[in-house]
Amino acid sequence: MIITNTESVPGKRLVEHYGLVQGSTIRAKNIGRDLMAGMKNLVGGELKGYTELLQESRDEAIERMVHQAEELGANAVVNVRFSTSSVAAGAAEILCYGTAVLLEKEHASADTPPPLPPSEAY
Amino acid sequence: MYQLYYALALLVMGLTVGTLLEWMHYRSIRKRELGFVTLPATSLKTAPDEEHILRAELVTGSVVISVDYFKRFAASLKKLFGGEIHSYSSLLDRARRESMLRLKEKCADCDMLINLRVDTSTISNGGNSNIGSVEVMTYATALWYSAKSHHGHPTDLAG
Repeated sequence: MIITNTESVPGKRLVEHYGLVQGSTIRAKNIGRDLMAGMKNLVGGELKGYTELLQESRDEAIERMVHQAEELGANAVVNVRFSTSSVAAGAAEILCYGTAVLLEKEHASADTPPPLPPSEAY
Repeated sequence: MYQLYYALALLVMGLTVGTLLEWMHYRSIRKRELGFVTLPATSLKTAPDEEHILRAELVTGSVVISVDYFKRFAASLKKLFGGEIHSYSSLLDRARRESMLRLKEKCADCDMLINLRVDTSTISNGGNSNIGSVEVMTYATALWYSAKSHHGHPTDLAG
């Protein structure tokens, strides 16, 4: 699955559009992270717990979006956008949406690099 | 009286530790930014020399940073008079540069970044202290060019 935030996939031809796909997740932070963040708030600096939390939820949202695109038979999602909003105190919604498309299947060329391992896919 | 000492101690701690942490963070940002000066990152929607692109992929980088107690206090004073709040501009500057660096570190071997977007959101803490921590997320499409393309060498972008 190829994911880009441009309107097309550079170097590839779009064959078909399948419409909007989206994935979202609402996450709440836990007390342990909250305590650490409260301490860190005094001296400033990065709140690693929150960074991780949001990163995890974003990956989850992307995964759900990709799942939806796969069900439609697409092999790429283009024009991906993210949006974050806090729905309640201490909880955030992360939404990720894009357009599922079908790319022209290309003949394997000699200089195509191997695909990235799953952990680096996003 | 006891409460006053407590607040003063927090202010002093925020000022000293916070300033030190910020200085260290800026030093690390500047050092890491030097490694990426030759990687073109643009907000253009289309890529030059499209036929030589091997791979295109979404990359993201994000960070949550909060401001220290002293700066929060200084900002609340500044709010009475208006004008630029410098303590918050350095917070956002650090957050943006850090998230941009994290994005670039995820795709350090790519040749170009296009359609770079920056998204900022505040994090609600639920209580009264919801000002002061901010999340910045950066996302872009990373491109890998084949060796045939003259864009394979990033410094040739202007040509």
